Amino acid sequence: MKFEHFGLGLLKGMTVTFRHIFRHPTVNQYPYQRLNVSRRIRGNELVWDKKRCTGCATCAKACPQGAIEIVTGANPVENRYEVRTYRVDTGYCIQCGLCVESCPYDAIFMGYAYERAKYRRRDLVQENDTLLESKERPKSGYFHPEVAAGLPAQTLLVEKIVERKD
Amino acid sequence: MPDISPLLTGHLPAATAAYWPGGYWGHWAFYTTALITFALLMVMGAIYIERRLLGRMQSRLGPNRTGPFGLLQPVADALKVLIKEDIIPQPADRLVHWLAPVVAFVPVVMIFAVVPFQKGALLADLNIGILYVVAVSSLTTVGIFMAGWGSSNKYSLLGAMRNVAAVVSYEIPLVLSILGVVLIAGSLSLNEIVLAQDIPFIFLQPMGFLLFFMAACAEINRSPFDLMEADSEIVAGFHTEYSGMKFAMFYLVEYAEAIAMSAIISVLFLGGWRGPLLPPWLWFVIKVFAVFGFMVWTRATFPRVRIDQLMAFAWKFLLPLSLINLFVTAIQVLTIPDAPWLVFIINTAVMILLVIIWSGLFKVGWGRVEV
Repeated sequence: MKFEHFGLGLLKGMTVTFRHIFRHPTVNQYPYQRLNVSRRIRGNELVWDKKRCTGCATCAKACPQGAIEIVTGANPVENRYEVRTYRVDTGYCIQCGLCVESCPYDAIFMGYAYERAKYRRRDLVQENDTLLESKERPKSGYFHPEVAAGLPAQTLLVEKIVERKD
Repeated sequence: MPDISPLLTGHLPAATAAYWPGGYWGHWAFYTTALITFALLMVMGAIYIERRLLGRMQSRLGPNRTGPFGLLQPVADALKVLIKEDIIPQPADRLVHWLAPVVAFVPVVMIFAVVPFQKGALLADLNIGILYVVAVSSLTTVGIFMAGWGSSNKYSLLGAMRNVAAVVSYEIPLVLSILGVVLIAGSLSLNEIVLAQDIPFIFLQPMGFLLFFMAACAEINRSPFDLMEADSEIVAGFHTEYSGMKFAMFYLVEYAEAIAMSAIISVLFLGGWRGPLLPPWLWFVIKVFAVFGFMVWTRATFPRVRIDQLMAFAWKFLLPLSLINLFVTAIQVLTIPDAPWLVFIINTAVMILLVIIWSGLFKVGWGRVEV
């Protein structure tokens, strides 16, 4: 005789909800608490390594959105071929990561930051030195395990979240 | 300004108005003001408790931004809703649409008139108090039906019709489960019923409590019987077309009804204001919130029933069980009036037996499908 058919199921359900009162809430109060995101996150912006880039434009060819524009030219003074403009319209970017995977010289990375929204559309078009790595724009470990090794481990919602101190 | 010092010390004179400063009208003015304030404050507390507790039961936090622990959330909600635009649909019956929230709200506040907060501390010690409660509480349905009709919206009308169906069906087991208490207490006055409870009647009437609780939940459309405002089916039922202050009135009605029913349950079954150490009115408030918390608990747990299940539950489960309960109680009152613990044992056994037997009729898929 199954007592689930005789009212016991209701009591079981009520014990489940009662136990949830004492459970850690699986909630992230975002601006005040934040989780460490995945080390392989494909964040808002690209990070460009100026020194390694040869201007081969493989990334621009790989980009399905055509969001990357590269202007190259010869530098007669220093007698070398150089990148004059590296321009990314992050408004078009779909964070597919194909440019990062296609780069033969590991000169472009996905960004680790995800709070890089802008108020103006024109701010989304970034070029040259604004694309470089900085404290606000760290590299993500996407397609680059050696970068991922240096990033903090991802925290999950089920883990205890520490309130941000500010 | 009446002298409220006896209220604070807990030594109230009899409810008879002659003892009160200001005489009859002083008594009336004080209690009317106090009751409306009490109802509004309790509603705010109820909204806070419901949202927080429901949140915790669903692994959320609930509102915690406004004020310490989110305590000011009901205030913020009220302010928001007060300054919102009041929209009346073009094809609506304007007079009925306007009148409905008032008609729904007034009876709910009227219930509190007979609820005793301490010994003799009530607006009107009616000798038919519980009958008055039953009669007045179902009047809210008129307001809700007016809202459904006046909105000129088919889903509003559907919700209102469901509410009427639910109230008509559940009124019967509600009254029948009260009668067990009335038999034991020997009075219809809520004040007398509380005074008769040396042992809280939940022990003498466990099945009465269960049936009354379920019937009350259905009557005030708490989940799992919240068919009339089933969000997933008929948007918000009767108050789909309401906004601004009128919506606030309906929101108020919803929670004031829940608080009123919690108050009635704590008066009838949990010993009302009686309790050790703490002042009586505090015991009363604690019990009301405990019953309300139980309602929130059931809301967090059970899925909503269908309209046919709602009707079947009233007529096939609650009605026969409340009749049997009344019969058993009547025999006990006649044969063993002075043995409360024997009554407790017998009634608990009867409750468990009957619930197991009757719930066999309510299998998933009515027994056709084995799960």
